[in-house]
Amino acid sequence: MSYQVPKFRHPELPRNELGYTRADYEGSVSTLCAGCGHDSISGSIVRACHELSLEPHKIAKLSGIGCSSKSPTYFLGKSHGFNSVHGRMPSVVTGAAMANRDLLYLGVSGDGDTASIGMGQFTHAIRRNLNMVYIVMNNGCYGLTKGQDSATADEGSASKKGDPNPFGAIDLPGLALQLGATFVARSFSGDKEQLVPLIKAAMTHRGFALIDVVSPCVTFNNNTASTKSYEFVREHAAATGTVDFVPMREEITTSYPPGQSQEVTMHDGSVLHLHKVSEELDPFDRSSALLALERYRSSGQILTGLIYMDKDSRDLHEVLETSRRPLNTLVEEDLCPGDKVLQNINASLR
Amino acid sequence: MKSLEAVNEFVIKFANVNGTGSASANNLFAKALFRMGLPVSPKNIFPSNIQGLPTWYEVRVSEKGYLGRRGGVDIMVSVNPQSMPQDIKEVEPGGYFIYDDTKPLDLRLIRNDVNIIGLPLTRICNEQYSDPRQRQLFKNVIYVGALAALLDMDFAVITQLVGDQFKGKEKLVLPNIHALELGHQYVKSNLDCPIGITVRTSDQVGEKILLDGNTALGLGAIYGGATVAAWYPITPSTSVVDAYEKYAKRLRIDPGTGSRNYAIVQAEDELAAMGMVIGASWNGARAFTATSGPGLSLMSEFLGLAYFAEIPTVLFDVQRAGPSTGMPTRTQQSDVLSAAYASHGDTKQVLLFPSTPKECFDMGAASFDLAERLQTPIILMTDLDLGMNDNMSEPLHWDDDRKYDRGKVLSADDLDRIERYGRYLDVDGDAICYRTYPGTHPEKGAFFTRGTSRDEYAVYTERGEEYEKNMHRLMAKWETIKQYVPKPQVIRSKQKTDTALLYYGTSEESSREAMDYLAEDGIHVNAMRVRAFPFNDEVEAFLHEHERVFIIEQNRDAQLRTLLMAEFELGPDKLKSVLCFDGTPISARNIRKQILLQMPGYNVTPLRRERVVGNGE
Ligand SMILES: Cc1ncc(C[n+]2csc(CCOP(=O)(O)OP(=O)(O)O)c2C)c(N)n1
Ligand code: SF4
Ligand SMILES: [Mg+2]
Repeated sequence: MSYQVPKFRHPELPRNELGYTRADYEGSVSTLCAGCGHDSISGSIVRACHELSLEPHKIAKLSGIGCSSKSPTYFLGKSHGFNSVHGRMPSVVTGAAMANRDLLYLGVSGDGDTASIGMGQFTHAIRRNLNMVYIVMNNGCYGLTKGQDSATADEGSASKKGDPNPFGAIDLPGLALQLGATFVARSFSGDKEQLVPLIKAAMTHRGFALIDVVSPCVTFNNNTASTKSYEFVREHAAATGTVDFVPMREEITTSYPPGQSQEVTMHDGSVLHLHKVSEELDPFDRSSALLALERYRSSGQILTGLIYMDKDSRDLHEVLETSRRPLNTLVEEDLCPGDKVLQNINASLR
Repeated sequence: MKSLEAVNEFVIKFANVNGTGSASANNLFAKALFRMGLPVSPKNIFPSNIQGLPTWYEVRVSEKGYLGRRGGVDIMVSVNPQSMPQDIKEVEPGGYFIYDDTKPLDLRLIRNDVNIIGLPLTRICNEQYSDPRQRQLFKNVIYVGALAALLDMDFAVITQLVGDQFKGKEKLVLPNIHALELGHQYVKSNLDCPIGITVRTSDQVGEKILLDGNTALGLGAIYGGATVAAWYPITPSTSVVDAYEKYAKRLRIDPGTGSRNYAIVQAEDELAAMGMVIGASWNGARAFTATSGPGLSLMSEFLGLAYFAEIPTVLFDVQRAGPSTGMPTRTQQSDVLSAAYASHGDTKQVLLFPSTPKECFDMGAASFDLAERLQTPIILMTDLDLGMNDNMSEPLHWDDDRKYDRGKVLSADDLDRIERYGRYLDVDGDAICYRTYPGTHPEKGAFFTRGTSRDEYAVYTERGEEYEKNMHRLMAKWETIKQYVPKPQVIRSKQKTDTALLYYGTSEESSREAMDYLAEDGIHVNAMRVRAFPFNDEVEAFLHEHERVFIIEQNRDAQLRTLLMAEFELGPDKLKSVLCFDGTPISARNIRKQILLQMPGYNVTPLRRERVVGNGE
C-alpha cells in the first residue's frame, strides 16, 4: 500500500529546464505502509531534483537495508540504484564516488542502518568529507524487523510494543557536527516546505551533507508515548529559520525584508537565502550550532532547518588530488606504463 | 667428525633480534650470492613485534635451482643469545655454528658433531664504534664480511652491491664497506678459511630477478589498470598497497595537470574496504583491496553481495597462519575454504593461486580482466612466504599490444539499439549478462543493484521460480568460468606411474624438489599444479587417471583436498594429504618423509595422522 499515487499524469504538468515533468523523477510504486514518513521524503526528493533540473541519470542513489533503504526504488527511476548491505552504504558510495566524481551521490539510510550497525562507516564518510547527500529517514525504530527501538529513540520514548526506552538517544546532527561534517540539517518528513530547499542545498553543497529527517513509522512507532510520532514532532519542532534555495540559473525574485536575511552563494553559483534565522544560531559557526542543538534538546524541542554549513568545504577528491577526469573514463594509455618501464624495474631487481 | 662439504648447495640461517637492522644485512648477503649467479631463496621468519624478539633469516642457496625450503640448517649464524640453545640444536651433524664469542659459549650447549666457529662481533664493534646504534647496525655488516671470507665469496660483488644499494646516500657506502672489511679481515687473519661449504661464481640466474610477491601484485594492479585501492592495514598484505602507492606516485601522475590517476583510501576496516571496491567497480573503475585472513572473514557479507549481484571485485588475500589472530607473521595456505565459499547462502568464489612473483604480477593484472569479464569476485590467494620474501623469479613482461578486457558493458549507443534492457538476461547463452554503468544513458539502462532476489530485469521478486532460475544461471556461469581461469600445469614422469602429487601456490618448489628425492627412493610420480578454482576439467581427468594423489598443502585441515572431494565426489582412499602448518614454508624433506610414510611397501604404516603431519622440520 502507498500514499504515492499511481502514475496517471495530467499532460499539462509543469516542465523544468530539461523539459522533464516531476513524473520523470519518480520511481516504482511504493510498497511501504500507507502513511509511512519515508514516502513523503521520497516525494520531497522527487520535487527537489525536478526543481533543480538535474539529469536523472547523473544521479546515483544508494542505500543500506531497511524500509528506509528500500525507498530509492520509489524515486528516480531513471537513475542507477544500489541497495547494498545493512549499514554499509557509505563505503559503497565512497568507492563509487572515487570511480566517477561527476555523478551526484544520494545516500538513503535509516536510523538503524546509520546509528547502529552502520555507525562506523557513517562517521568515516563524514570524516573524509565525501561529496554526497546523506539522508537518514529517522523513525526511532527498526521498521523492517518490526519495531524494535533504535539508537536514536529518545530516553523514555515508547513504541507501540510498550516499554519506555531506557537508553539515551544518539543525536545524529550533533554527532556529525562534532565529527566535522560540513553540512548538517534536520527536518521532518511532514514539512516539505522546509525539506525540499534543504535537499536542494545539500545537493549543491560540495562535501558531506547530512539531513536527518524525522520520519514517523506509522505501524510501530506513531503512538502517543513515542517522541517520533507525527503529533509529537509537530508540537515540538522548532525551526532555525527558513531556507530558500535559488539555483544558479534562476533569477532571484522574492524580496526579503532587510536585517532578517542572510545570503550564501554556493560553489556553483546558486544562492541560499536564510531568513528569520534564530538569533541563537549562527549556522556558519560550528560551536554555535552545537550549542543551539544542545539548548533545544534540553528544553525538549527538536531543532530543525539548516544547522550548520561550511562554505569552503574541500571534498575527498580535492584532498586526494585526483584527476578532474573521472577515474572510470581512463583507458590503457592513461593507466598502463608499458613494457619499457617494466624492463627498467626488472633491471633494478637484479 | 665429518664436516659437511658442499659447493653452491647449502642452507644458512641467521638468528637475530628484531629491530636491530639485521634484515638488510642478511638481504645484502643473499643478494650478493644472487649476483654471483646463484639461485637463492631467502626467507624472513619474523615475530609479530617491532623490537626485541628473536627473528630468523634462512637462505637456501642452490646451484641446482631448488628454491623451496629443503629442511635442516648447514650453517647457523647465531647473533641472538636468547635463541642460542634452540639454534644450535637445528644444525645438521657436520654443519657449522658461528657465534659471537665475545662472551664464551655456554658449555652445556656445545655439540661435538658440529663445527663451532667464534667471531668476536661485539668486541670488534665496541673497539670501532662509540655510538650504540652504530655498534648494533654494523655488527650485522661485520658478520656478512666474515661470511664472505669463510665461504670464499667474491668480495668485490658485495662491495659493488653496497654501492648500488646506497645510491643517492653515498655517505653510507664507505662506512658499510669498512664494516664488511673488518669482518673479512678478522677471519682471514685469525681463522682457517674457507670452511667446507663454499660458493663459486655460477651462471644459473640468467635474466631472473629477485622480488617479493606483494610488490609484484602492486605492480600488477598498476599495469592491470586499477584506479581505486581501498584497504585496511594487516600483515602480511600491507606491502601490496604500499607497492601500488609507490609505483602510482611515479607512474600515474597526469603529465598535464599533476593530478593523480588513482585514488587510495585507507578504510576504517576491511568491511569498508570491500564496500569501496564494490562501489568503485559497480561504477566502472578497476578497483582492488588486499588483506589477510581476519580481513577476509570481515569481508564475507560483502563478497556474497558481489557474487549474487554480479559485481566485479578484486581481492588479494595474502594468507597467514590462523585461526583468529593465529601466528600473524607466519605463513600458511589456510584461507582456501573460507575464500572458496565466502559468505552465507550458496556461494562459490573464483580463486587464483600464484606461485611466483611473476605469476603474482601476471595474475594480479589478469584479475581485473577476469573480474570484469566474469562479473564476480576474483580472490587471488597468495601467502606470507611468497608475498613478503624475496623470491627468485622470471622477469616481468607486459605485451604493449594488450587491451584490457572490460567485459560485457553496454554503451549509450548499444542501449539505443535494444528494445528492453535486462541486467540479468542471459542474452549470449554463456550465463554472463550485460552491465551498464551509472550515467550512461538518459532514458535507458538504469537498474537497481541489490542483494535481494530479483528477476532478469533486476526487479525485486520473491517468486521461488525466478530465484531458482537465477541461482541455476549462476551455476551455469560457474561452468563458463572454468574456461577462463588459468589452467593447471602438469609434469609427467618418464616412468609410467599411478601416483601423483598435486600442489598449489608456494608448495610448488619444495614439491618439485621432493619429486627428485622420491625418484632416488624409486618412487616416480606425475605432478599437477592447480592454479585456480573452479577446477578446470583437466584437474578432474588428472585425478581419475591416478590410483593415489598426494595433495600437498600448508594447513591442518587439508583444505584444497576437501574442495577437490566436494567438487568431484572423490573419496579419501584416493586423495592423500601431505601437510605442514607450523607457520614455516613446507620443506622438500618433510614432503618426502610424509609421502614415504603413506606409500604402500615403504613404511611402518602410519596409523595416526598426527604422526605424519606437523613436525615441519
Ligand atoms: C547484517 C544484518 N543484520 C540484520 C539485518 C536485519 N535488518 C534488516 S532491516 C533492519 C533494521 C532497519 O532499521 P532502519 O535502518 O532504522 O530502517 P527502517 O526499517 O526503520 O526504515 C535490520 C536489523 C540485516 N538485514 N542484515
Ligand atoms: S514498518 Fe514503519 S517504517 Fe516500515 S514501511 Fe511501515 S511505516 Fe514505514
Ligand atoms: Mg528506522
